[in-house]
Amino acid sequence: MSHELTWLLVAIPAVSAAILLLGGKATNKWGHLLGTAASLASFVCGVLLFVQMQGLHDEERSETVRLFEWFTVGNVKVDFTLLIDPLSILFVLLITGVGSLIHIYSIGYMEHDVRRRRFFAYLNLFVAAMLLLVLAADYLLVFVGWEGVGLASYLLIGFWQHKTSAAVAAKKAFVVNRVGDIGLSLAVMSMWGLFGSSAFASVNAGAEGMSSTWATLVGLMLLLAACGKSAQVPLQSWLLDAMEGPTPVSALIHAATMVTAGVYLVVRSHAIFEMSETASTAVVIVGTVTALAGAIIGTAKDDIKKALAGSTMSQIGYMMLAAGLGPAGYVFAIFHLITHGFFKANMFLGAGSVMHGMNDDVNMRHYGALRIPMKITFVTFAFGYLAILGIPPFAGFFSKDKIIEAAFAHNPVIGLCALLGAGITAFYMTRVMLMTFMGKKRWADDVHPHESPKVMTIPLIILAALSLGGGALYFAGHWIEHWLEPVVGVEEEHPPLPAIAMTAITLAVVAVGIVIAVAKYRRDIPREAPAGSPLTVLARRDLFGDALNEAVLMRPGQYLTRTLVWLDNRGVDGLVNGLAALFGGLSGRLRRFQTGFVRSYALSMVFGAAFVVVALLAVRLS
Amino acid sequence: MKIGWLTLLLLLPLVGALGTMAVPKAKALLSKQVALGFSLVTLVLTAIVAVGYHQNGAEKYNETHTWIKAFGANYALGLDGVGIILVVLTALLTPIVIIASWNDADGGRWSSKSFFAWILVLEALSIGVFSATDVFLFYVLFEATLIPMYFLIGGFGGPQRSYAAVKFLLYSLLGGLLMLASVVGLYVLSARAGDPSYLLTDLIKLDISQNTERWLFLGFFFAFAVKAPMVPFHTWLPDAAGEATPGTSVLLVGILDKIGTFGMIRFCLGLFPEASKWATPVVLVLALISVLYGALVAIGQTDIKRLIAYTSISHFGFIVMGIFALTSQGLTGSTLYMFNHGLSTAALFLVAGYLISRRGSARIADYGGVEKVAPVLAGTFLFAGLSSLALPGLSPFISEFMVIAGTFSNHKVIAVIAVFGIVLAALYILLMYQRTMTGPVREGIEKLKDLNKREILAIVPLVVLIIGLGIFPKPIVDIIKPAVESTMQRVGVTDKAPEIPVTEGQK
Repeated sequence: MSHELTWLLVAIPAVSAAILLLGGKATNKWGHLLGTAASLASFVCGVLLFVQMQGLHDEERSETVRLFEWFTVGNVKVDFTLLIDPLSILFVLLITGVGSLIHIYSIGYMEHDVRRRRFFAYLNLFVAAMLLLVLAADYLLVFVGWEGVGLASYLLIGFWQHKTSAAVAAKKAFVVNRVGDIGLSLAVMSMWGLFGSSAFASVNAGAEGMSSTWATLVGLMLLLAACGKSAQVPLQSWLLDAMEGPTPVSALIHAATMVTAGVYLVVRSHAIFEMSETASTAVVIVGTVTALAGAIIGTAKDDIKKALAGSTMSQIGYMMLAAGLGPAGYVFAIFHLITHGFFKANMFLGAGSVMHGMNDDVNMRHYGALRIPMKITFVTFAFGYLAILGIPPFAGFFSKDKIIEAAFAHNPVIGLCALLGAGITAFYMTRVMLMTFMGKKRWADDVHPHESPKVMTIPLIILAALSLGGGALYFAGHWIEHWLEPVVGVEEEHPPLPAIAMTAITLAVVAVGIVIAVAKYRRDIPREAPAGSPLTVLARRDLFGDALNEAVLMRPGQYLTRTLVWLDNRGVDGLVNGLAALFGGLSGRLRRFQTGFVRSYALSMVFGAAFVVVALLAVRLS
Repeated sequence: MKIGWLTLLLLLPLVGALGTMAVPKAKALLSKQVALGFSLVTLVLTAIVAVGYHQNGAEKYNETHTWIKAFGANYALGLDGVGIILVVLTALLTPIVIIASWNDADGGRWSSKSFFAWILVLEALSIGVFSATDVFLFYVLFEATLIPMYFLIGGFGGPQRSYAAVKFLLYSLLGGLLMLASVVGLYVLSARAGDPSYLLTDLIKLDISQNTERWLFLGFFFAFAVKAPMVPFHTWLPDAAGEATPGTSVLLVGILDKIGTFGMIRFCLGLFPEASKWATPVVLVLALISVLYGALVAIGQTDIKRLIAYTSISHFGFIVMGIFALTSQGLTGSTLYMFNHGLSTAALFLVAGYLISRRGSARIADYGGVEKVAPVLAGTFLFAGLSSLALPGLSPFISEFMVIAGTFSNHKVIAVIAVFGIVLAALYILLMYQRTMTGPVREGIEKLKDLNKREILAIVPLVVLIIGLGIFPKPIVDIIKPAVESTMQRVGVTDKAPEIPVTEGQK
C-alpha cells in the first residue's frame, strides 16, 4: 500500500462512525459488525504500511503526506499533513490492533445493550481521532485528534448517561482535559510566534535556535497538556471517575491508547525538551510522582476497575519518567507504552469478563475463587499480572526493567522511587489477583459466575499471548531501539550497577511486594471493607486529590459565579437602569411604551429622523 | 438606470416582506411560503455574488449615487472581505430561521405573517448595513434595523417581551445617539476640507487632529460596544434573548450584534487608526473582561436562553479582542469568528428553542434525561454545544484559536488569561447538557417528542457548514484576507516576524 493512502487509516473508521450515527435504527442489526470491520480494515492498512516500511532504509521511512492546505493566516501556514514514520506506525498498529480486539470483545460484552450500535459508532470515532492524533504532522492538527479522542472519551464515559454519576464523570474528564488544552494552545501559539509554523518539521528544525526560556516555557506547556490527557499529577483526578464507562472503553481508551497520548506528545516534542533541562526534569518529576501516587491509590481500591485505573496512572508515570530522561529513555517510554497497551488491555478486558459473570459487580470483596468458574479469564489475567510485575520472560520485564535502569543512571533518587514503585505494583496487583481469583468464594447466592462467550475470550487469549511475547520487540536484537533511533535518537546510559545486578534487585523488590500481599490477603477477606488505617483512607480517597480540587477550585468557583450572577442582575443592570431612570424618568416612559407603543414608536422614529436632519442643518448653518 | 447587484439583494427581501403582508390573513401557510421563497432566492443571489466576488474582486459590485447633496450623503454600496462574509451569513441564517420558526409566531399578539415580514425587512436592512460604504447611509440603516427587531422582540415571545424590547431599543438608541454626534463631527471635518462627503473613500483622506480623532472614535466605539455587546453594556441582551422567540434570538445575536464588531473593523479601525491604537489597551482589557465575565455568569444561569445569551457575550469578547490585537491572525480570526459564531449560536438557540417549545419552560431545572426520550434532539444539542465551546475540528475552533494566537503575539498576558475561557466554555456547555439531557428522566419529559423533519431540515445546513468549514476553512479565509491586509495597512501595523524563521528547505 502506498504511503499516499495513509489518510485511509483515519477515513475508514470516521466514515463508519458517521454511517452508524446518521443511519439510525436501520443500522442496529449490523452496526457492531460494520464498526468492527472498519477497525480491522484500518489495522490491515497499518500492517501493509508497516511491512512496506521494512524494505526501506532508515532515512526513507519517514514520509509526509500533504493532503491540502488547511489555512494561511498572516505569516503562518497550516497544512493538513500526515506523517507516517517509525514512531507513528507503531502507534497505528497498537491502536488498530488492540482496538480491533476490543471491538470484537465488545460485540459480546455489549450484546444486551439496546444502544450497542451507538457504542460502536463512538468506538470508531475514537479510533479515527486517535489515529489522526498520532499521524498528524502539525501540532494544530494533533490538537484536532487530541480533542477528538477527548470527545470520544466524554461520550463513552458517559455512555450510560441515565446514571448521573456517569454523566458527571464524563463532564469532569472533559473539563480537566481542557485545563490541559490551555497548555497545548499556548504551546502552539508560541510555536507560531517563534517559528511561524507549528509543523513538526519546522519546530524540529528551529528548536535549536530557541532561547532556553522559550524552550522551558513551551516544554512546560506541552507537559501541562500531557498531564491532562495522561492523567498525570496534578490533573489525574478524572481517570478514576472515568471507570464509569463500559469496561471495553476503560481497556481501549483509559488504559491502552488515549491516556498514553501525553507520552507520545512529549516524545514527539523531543527537540524542544532537549533544549531545556528544566522542562525535562519537570517531566521526570511528574512521572515519578504519578508512578508512586497511582500505585499507592491502587493498593486500597476494592473496585477492581479503580485498582486497575490507579495502576494505569502509575504505569504511565513510568513512561513519562522515561520520556523525561531524553534519548536514554524515549525508546523505553514507547516500548513500555506498547507492552502496557497489551497487558493492561488484557487485564481490563479480564476484569470486564469477571464483571460479566458477576452481574456487573465491581467490588473485589464480593469475588474470590473465580479461578474455578472462569478458567480462561483467570489464566489470561494471570499473564497480564506476570507481565505488569515484570517477571521474565513476560513483556513487562523487558520494558519496565529498562526504565528502572535508565532512571538509576539518571539520578539515584529517581531510580529508588522507580524501584519502590515496582514493589508497590507487585503488592497491589497480587492483591487484585488474590481477592478476585483466589481464596474462598464470597459472592452472594443469586450470582452465578460463568465463563464469558468465545467472542470475549478469544481477544483475551490473543492479548495474553502478547503480554507474554511482547518483549520480543526488544530482546530480539534490540529491534525497537534500531527502529525508533532515526526518529528520537538513542543514547546508552550506564547504570551504577551491572544490568544483571539491577535486574536481580528489581526482582527481589517485586518478590517482597508479592510476599507482603500474600501475607495480608491470604486469609479470609471480609465482604465489607474494614475502616482501615489513616494511610489506607488516604489511598482510598485518591490521596485527597478530589478534596483538594473541590476546596481550591470548585467551591471558590461556585461562589464566584453565584456572586457574579447576583451582581449582574442587581448591580450592573440595576446601575444602568437606575442611571437611565435618573436621566429621563425612564420607568414612566417604559410604561408608556408598553401601551400603544406602535404609534409612539413611529412617532419617535419621526422625531429621530427629524433630529438627524436638524442636527446636520444646524452644523451646516453655523 | 441599471440596478446593481447589492441593491437587488437589498430590495428582494423588502419586496418579499410586502408580498408576505399582501397574503390574506386566512392563508397563513401561504404567507410563510412566500417569505421562505423570497429568503431562498436572496440566498441564491447572495451565493452568486459571493462566487463572483471571489473570482473577479469587488469592483463590479460598487454602486454610488448621490443621495442628499447638501450633506454629502450618498447611496453607496460595496463589498469587502468582511462585508461579504456577513452578507452571506445574513442570507444564510434568514431562511434557516424561517424554517425553524415555522409555527413559533402562531397565536401571537399579531398575525404570524407580520413576524415573517419583519424578518425579511431585517434581512434587507442588515445586508444594507454590511455593504454601506457611506457613513451616513450606514448610520441610517444602523438605526433602521432597530425597527424590525423591536417588533420581533416586542410582538412575539415571552411574557416580559415588552420590557425587553424597550430596553433593547433604549440601549441601542443611546449608543446610536453618541454615534450620531461623531457622524455629525465627520461632516464638519469633511465640509471644512472642501465639499462635504460621507463616502468612506473620501473620509479616510481627511486629516484629523489627534484629539478630534479620539473623540470621534469614542462615539463610534461606544455605539458598537453597546451593540456587540460588551460588558458593562450587555444587560439588555440576556433580557432580549430570554424573552424573544428562538428565531428572533438567532437574528439578534447571530446577525444584528455583528454590526457592532463589523463596525469596529470598518469604521473604528478604518477611519480612526491612530485613535484605535490609542484605545487598544483599554479595549483589550474590556474584551478580556467580557470573555471571562460572560462565561462565568453563563455558568451560573438557571435559564437556557439566558445562558446562551451570556455565552455570546463571552464570544463577542473574543471577537473584539481579535480585532484590537491588530494582527492579521487576530483580524482574520475575528472576522471568521463572526461567521462561525453565527452558525454555532444559531444551532444552539434553535435546538434549545425546539426543546423549550416541547416542555413550555426554559428553566434548566425542569429538564433531565432528555437524551433517553429524544436522542436526536439531544445529539444536535450536544453538537451545537461542542461547536460553541470551539471543539477542534469544528469551524469555531479555527477562529477562536486565531483570535487568541493573534492576541498572543502582541499581548501575551491578555492572551494567556483569555485562554482560560476555553475551560469555562467547556463548563457552561457541558453543565447545561448534563443537567438537561442526562440523568434519570424527569417528570414531564417522559413523552417528549423527538425532532420532526422540518426541525431537522433547519439544523442540517448549520451542521454541514460547521463540520465542513472546520476541515476546510480555506475558501472563507482567503476571501477575508485582502480586507485584513488593507485594514492592517490603514492602521499602519505589521505582523511580528517569527523569531527563528525556518527556511522552506528545512520545512
